[in-house]
Amino acid sequence: MDFDDEGSNFELKEIQTLSGHTDRVWSLAWNPATGTDDAQPVIASCSGDKTVRIWERSALTRSWDCKAVLEETHTRTVRSCTWSPSGKLLATASFDATTAIWENVGGDFQCVSTLEGHENEVKSVSWNASESLLATCSRDKTVWIWEVMPGNEFECASVLQGHTQDVKMIKWHPTMDILFSCSYDNTIKVWAEDDTGDWHCIQTIGESSNGHSSTVWAISFNAGGDKMVTCSDDLTLKVWEADIEGMRSGNNQVLWKHLSTLSGYHDRTIFSVHWSREGIIASGAADDAIRFFVESKDSVVDGPSYRLLLKKEKAHDMDVNVVQWSPGQENRVMASASDDGTIKIWELATSSN
Amino acid sequence: MTLGLINANPIVHAKKERVARCEDPHCDDAVDPLDIYDFVRDIRDPEHPYSLEQLSVLSEESITVDDKLGRILITFTPTIQHCSMATVIGLCLRVKLQECFPPHYKVDIKVSPGSHADEEAVNKQLNDKERVAAALENPNLRQLVDECLYSNEL
Repeated sequence: MDFDDEGSNFELKEIQTLSGHTDRVWSLAWNPATGTDDAQPVIASCSGDKTVRIWERSALTRSWDCKAVLEETHTRTVRSCTWSPSGKLLATASFDATTAIWENVGGDFQCVSTLEGHENEVKSVSWNASESLLATCSRDKTVWIWEVMPGNEFECASVLQGHTQDVKMIKWHPTMDILFSCSYDNTIKVWAEDDTGDWHCIQTIGESSNGHSSTVWAISFNAGGDKMVTCSDDLTLKVWEADIEGMRSGNNQVLWKHLSTLSGYHDRTIFSVHWSREGIIASGAADDAIRFFVESKDSVVDGPSYRLLLKKEKAHDMDVNVVQWSPGQENRVMASASDDGTIKIWELATSSN
Repeated sequence: MTLGLINANPIVHAKKERVARCEDPHCDDAVDPLDIYDFVRDIRDPEHPYSLEQLSVLSEESITVDDKLGRILITFTPTIQHCSMATVIGLCLRVKLQECFPPHYKVDIKVSPGSHADEEAVNKQLNDKERVAAALENPNLRQLVDECLYSNEL
């Protein structure tokens, strides 16, 4: 998809604002099994109000409604939520040091399991592609890997130590069982399993490898899984790439290399970044704005560079905590959530001159 | 939490005389440093029955405002270099400002340069929104902050 077409102007159209949470909304997740002809899009959101809300768009009115409020389970802020790849389970991570697993039983969401073990706030949770593993991370500096067993049982497979500070987010590679974590210690770590089934840190991306100079808040992969983008309190986005064929052949020595740094575009902390399947990078920041970046065809001298496609100022009234592209059929639909307590649904539209 | 006071003998200063504020409705609506200072000067120190102003932890010069951009920067000076109450004072400032100013103001809180042995580490913690939120959910810490903000002892 060529975004350099000079005839195209992009604008971010606001489709709807979802209100209901009574405190800041930290994160949201689109149910990956929805957004098709048979299933209307569904979003889960989580908040400082200790609840998780499930939102669904009505087939009839095309309007979003809140279908469920998952409350009285977490006793503190719910910091992040993520659906399993099949869309059947929802995992929620909380400052109460637990991770809850929810299942939709005939329209009713029930908490079917609670994962305990972290010493303090759980910040993020991620399912691997085959749904056989779950990972969680915490201010206790560790990353836990859990095996998903039959009957909604979860067994701790490994406790990964290595980060020297609060781990902000973890994300499984989209196709391989390689885990990525980013931290308040300014580094990104890559974890993989060896032949004996032990998990190790196979790479640490720090300042000396062109890494970030402050807290790294989020990681996102491109559709092909050969590139990732990270965002930071150092006001930059960084793009990394790796030899995907090497990784597929099981080579754990494959390293991620710095490709590009996008600086000068943000003047406050960038909390979230998400790479769309078409290659548009969206960022959400503490200046209340959402920005979009695409690869620029202009310079191929030192490798691809990226340019700003669009900046939406005042996307929210307060900090934007999360941006997530919809995985559904509709193209260029995105959701964001904010300290202002709302979730907004957007469409990135073009108007050719 | 140590049992003894971190700084048992702080230097206490007289309170600065309060200047009468403009009551005229046509007064400039822009927020200036003194507006902010008025809200924070009487916050009580976590360890001593004195205000942050009296202990010279804060002064009017500690505050800079960019009203157009909606940005506030507060720097404060802990009474001693190894003050472990620095993060508590920072939290008090943040909570107080959240209550007094519209949410679109972005607030940065730092220890004044050279005033603390772990300056960078303290500043990083004070400006990490997630860490601040988690800290304020800790009932003991929240109680301490509330005592500093709502104490009627002055």
